[in-house]
Amino acid sequence: MSDGSARDQTRRPSPIEVRGLVNSFGERTIHDDLDLTVRAGEVLGIVGGSGTGKTVLLNSILGLREPTEGTVKLFGEDAASMTREQRDDIEKRWGVLFQNGALFSSLTVLENVASPLVEHSGLSATTIRELAEIKIAMVGLGPESHYLKPAELSGGMRKRVGLARALALDPELLFLDEPTAGLDPIGAAAFDDLILQLQRDLDLTVFMITHDLDSLYAICDRIAVLADKKVVTVAPPEELERSEHPWIREYFLGPRGRAAQAAEGNG
Amino acid sequence: MTPATFRIEARPEGRTSLALIGDWTSRSLGKVPLNLAAGLRGRSIDELDITDLGRFDTAGALAMVQAQDHALPLAGLAGRPEVERIVRLVQDLEREVGEPPRKADFITRFFARVGRGVYDFAAEGWAAFAFLGELLVAVVRSLASPGRIRWPAWVSQADHAGLDAIPIVVITTFFIGAVVAFIGVDLLTDFGAGIFAVQLIGVAVFREFAVVITAVLLAGRSASSFAAEIGSMKMNQEVDAMRVMGVDPFQALVIPRLAALVVMMPLLTFMAMLAGLLGGIVVTWTQMGLGPAFFLQRLVLDGTMPQHMLAGMVKAPVFALVIAAIGCRQGMAVGGDVESLGKRVTAAVVQAIFAIIALDAVFALLFMRIGL
Repeated sequence: MSDGSARDQTRRPSPIEVRGLVNSFGERTIHDDLDLTVRAGEVLGIVGGSGTGKTVLLNSILGLREPTEGTVKLFGEDAASMTREQRDDIEKRWGVLFQNGALFSSLTVLENVASPLVEHSGLSATTIRELAEIKIAMVGLGPESHYLKPAELSGGMRKRVGLARALALDPELLFLDEPTAGLDPIGAAAFDDLILQLQRDLDLTVFMITHDLDSLYAICDRIAVLADKKVVTVAPPEELERSEHPWIREYFLGPRGRAAQAAEGNG
Repeated sequence: MTPATFRIEARPEGRTSLALIGDWTSRSLGKVPLNLAAGLRGRSIDELDITDLGRFDTAGALAMVQAQDHALPLAGLAGRPEVERIVRLVQDLEREVGEPPRKADFITRFFARVGRGVYDFAAEGWAAFAFLGELLVAVVRSLASPGRIRWPAWVSQADHAGLDAIPIVVITTFFIGAVVAFIGVDLLTDFGAGIFAVQLIGVAVFREFAVVITAVLLAGRSASSFAAEIGSMKMNQEVDAMRVMGVDPFQALVIPRLAALVVMMPLLTFMAMLAGLLGGIVVTWTQMGLGPAFFLQRLVLDGTMPQHMLAGMVKAPVFALVIAAIGCRQGMAVGGDVESLGKRVTAAVVQAIFAIIALDAVFALLFMRIGL
């Protein structure tokens, strides 16, 4: 982590603070008294087995799901007691990359990326188009992709376009839901580099759900582990390797975990 | 959020200084990029002053980079490393920005549209025949080995497409029967022939209204749901999964729907006929004071009613085949995206209703020839 972002952390309030979160579906409790704080300027990875409620946590933070109990604070404001205007303002300060891109299928790539700008910026049409083109170039796609429809894109391209759309309004906070799932290893590594580079250049705070151990080692400053209906620990990957928690041990010290560590050590 | 502004100052020795003031972000810039480009025309920036600059993002950087042709004096940004990073990033990427492709002129677009329409029409016809062929093969194979017919799917489709449709079909035809009765009673009473309203109702309901209204309702209800169900299964690769498992999607998806509708539609038509008559009875009873017993007696004594009823019932399975086949065919034609699903479902309903009306006309001519 650079000195700049370390200094920022003390200056800026934490963008996400979750306290005592409870989420239940009928009888089934997914989260029980879950606490999580995301620091400004960091890349936070969220890991956990299937069904531990990673996406439910994301949806609770984004306001797509009303938590059963507990508070979610966004940029220091309680999400539950926000006025409509505050909410609108916060929604412009974050960008979300959904698991399958969630691109608007009736719009071209360029229109998809331009859509948040058209809705919220008030810039001229030419400026919006140029800005969208820059965002598309930023995620590594060429001009030949501008007029394609989402149905014509490969999975990796769709994720890149989704990322470009999430970055359209230059958010401070970026949510990524399994950004490298379904990409080939080379594509996944390139996507990791891209996220890290953009995070540094644009000074983003990144909240990333992932299963990809390579991604965790490559780009995360800290990793939050979801298990036993809570965040059991939040720590840098090197520290998690020394954890005593059985699930964490298995996750990081299993064959795949060791391979990822070795790759990180060599690189 | 403070609005973005700028100040261009002439410094000694002919140098120009640009001061950025306020938040230079996509949400606060507004028309500043255009004003900045206009303000700087013909001049080049030698110094940058960012002491009053608030927040800054790629939109602000793009405005600065585009305002002049040559490189910006980045030395002035030393106090804000993140601003310098963003400006450098945008400077590198700005070369990628191109002109939007030129739209073809009006005449070219008009002919392109006509050409595409003709091509689509022919392609649609071709695909319809291909589907019909595949369907015939599947039907023959089903009949040859009845053990492969999927009875559970068949029964569940008959339940959804048939039994669940009873209320709407009955209510609609009841009102149609009542409307025909009102008009008939009103017009025929003028000629002193009000009593013949009974025959009018009988003929209209038996021959046309019961079967056509049922068919149109099923086109709206079942053709659309067949197209949407099969179409979303296709988008979800479920149809491909069936194929690689050695399951013929025609056997599993199309034949049960087709068979269910062919069986249920005559039954629904029969109920529609009864409901239509009931509507007629209610109106003749209240308007002319002729009771149900009298109404039914006149119908039976007329003697031609079985013939009219037969003419209606014969059409039912044919309409059912057409509705189910069109719905399933449009479902199978869905591509990978949501838009094509919407288009195909619409096409299923429109084509099914059109086919019903057209076939009804063919039937009318045919029945006239054979005297049915």
